[in-house]
Amino acid sequence: MIEVKELTKRFGATVAVDRLSFKVERGEIMGFLGPNGAGKTTTMRMLTGFFPPSSGQATIGTYDVVDQANKTRALVGYMPENVPLYQDMRIKEYLHFVAGVKALDRARAGSEVSRVLGAVGLETRADQLIKQLSKGYRQRVGLAQALLGDPPVLILDEPTIGLDPGQIVEIRSLIKGFAGSKTVVLSSHILPEVAATCSRVVIINQGRLVTEGPPELLRAGAGGDHLRLSVQGPEEELTQLLSKVPGVNSVACQEQAPQNGTCCYFSLETGGGPEVAAEVAKAVVEAGYGLLELTPVSASLEEVFMQLTTSEQAAGEEAA
Amino acid sequence: MRAFAAIYLRELKAYFFSPIAYALLVSFLALTGYFFYSGVAFYAVASLQVMQNPMMMQLNLQQYLLAPLLMNTSVMLMLITPLLTMRLLSEEKRSGTMELLLSYPLGDVQVVLGKFFAAWTFFLVMVVASWFHVGLLATMAEVPWAPLAVAYLGLIIMGGAFISLGLWASALTENQIVAAVAGFVALLLVWAMGWSASVAGPAIGPVLTKLSLGSHFENFPKGLIDTADLAYFVLFMGFFLFLSIRTLEAKRWKA
Repeated sequence: MIEVKELTKRFGATVAVDRLSFKVERGEIMGFLGPNGAGKTTTMRMLTGFFPPSSGQATIGTYDVVDQANKTRALVGYMPENVPLYQDMRIKEYLHFVAGVKALDRARAGSEVSRVLGAVGLETRADQLIKQLSKGYRQRVGLAQALLGDPPVLILDEPTIGLDPGQIVEIRSLIKGFAGSKTVVLSSHILPEVAATCSRVVIINQGRLVTEGPPELLRAGAGGDHLRLSVQGPEEELTQLLSKVPGVNSVACQEQAPQNGTCCYFSLETGGGPEVAAEVAKAVVEAGYGLLELTPVSASLEEVFMQLTTSEQAAGEEAA
Repeated sequence: MRAFAAIYLRELKAYFFSPIAYALLVSFLALTGYFFYSGVAFYAVASLQVMQNPMMMQLNLQQYLLAPLLMNTSVMLMLITPLLTMRLLSEEKRSGTMELLLSYPLGDVQVVLGKFFAAWTFFLVMVVASWFHVGLLATMAEVPWAPLAVAYLGLIIMGGAFISLGLWASALTENQIVAAVAGFVALLLVWAMGWSASVAGPAIGPVLTKLSLGSHFENFPKGLIDTADLAYFVLFMGFFLFLSIRTLEAKRWKA
């Protein structure tokens, strides 16, 4: 549905987006990730036709975003990052204006406005002035105007930023509901959100593609799993015992609780899943030590993300 | 058409739901009211003198009161119009709403024309409101309606020209004050261009006169419709609307 080929955008000497290529299939929810200034917003602006690429090509449906901009814009519902809205309008009035600008006929405009108001939970606020709304509600108005006219493609720049946890869950499940029916590109800083909502992620850094794939990508690539362990017993014997357990790659004793010298905390790197954890527990208990805690720890998404983006940067610097 | 109507109505509402419309309307009526009053008072004194001096018998309402009054009004409108147009596009750019507006499937032409006609409609309201003075005059004297109607037609058409230039100034900058100042200076220059015609020499002089806004308005208060004047204003509007559309398009390429 969306295809980006070798897309490049330069602002003077700065290269904001550098030969970026990716594809989003129909019905897919794509998470667009990257640190600040990675070029996410720039890419989205090129897709919505706000400015053209310096070179390269992007198509939505079968239309080119530059040459057939009016056709692609008709397919896209766009929610920009800071949700710029007309402050002096009421929500309902504003949405009717958007329906007009999107050229929905009058009969359909009315039903569409009430539909999107319901979808984002703004029915009770419909007559409120936009300038009096909190950030979260402004965000919902932004989403409502993107949904108006039921466009097949949604481009959402940081849709849940500034929302409270309850609202985040609501909006997230709303977006998740589009899976299969709409093509969604959503950028976010919140990695668990992307992992929970998206069917695919594209990670960019400094305008370049770092990696793309399923959201599990964010979990893998950080080496094996980790186990956290606290055991009552002497440190040396325990270390020896644990390193002999099949599947355990390395053992590190982290600290000894100062109040009793008999308790040790270990961090284990293992090559397997729950089987290894079971083996570890069995070994400790059979040797007669007191097992106090055994917790599997997976690397946080943030760690993986940092690893992916910084290693890319390092590689780039080496090449340069 | 639907998109144009949406832009037009939103813009028109924005005028009337904000204090801008009322501040401008009241200022305009206060100024024209003052000029009208002093004009009428002066004319009354002159009328008394006519009774004693038959040499001044050619004194008439259109020529000695209404025509100068309308020339004054046209200058006032020239001062006020940039304030009317300054926010049209620059505010959208500053607040970022332009990004969203341009993401909708509508052309730059619809954006520019929607805003242009909304401003022109408000201009029309201002001009029509000033008929109040003429109405007062009609209770006391015989008003020459036909030449007066021509004069007002001239004001309204010239207003379109003012607005098109102001709109272009607004398309050029994110700053409303800059848009107002640029629009005002440009209007004043084009208006007064003809004044230097006599010293500019025989080659450039007539060209300056032909290009100046002021010299094309002069005929209207006399009750004369010259198609050359009409053509001038229509071309003027077309030119600056074209520039506004092009400037907006160019923003898509820079931004």
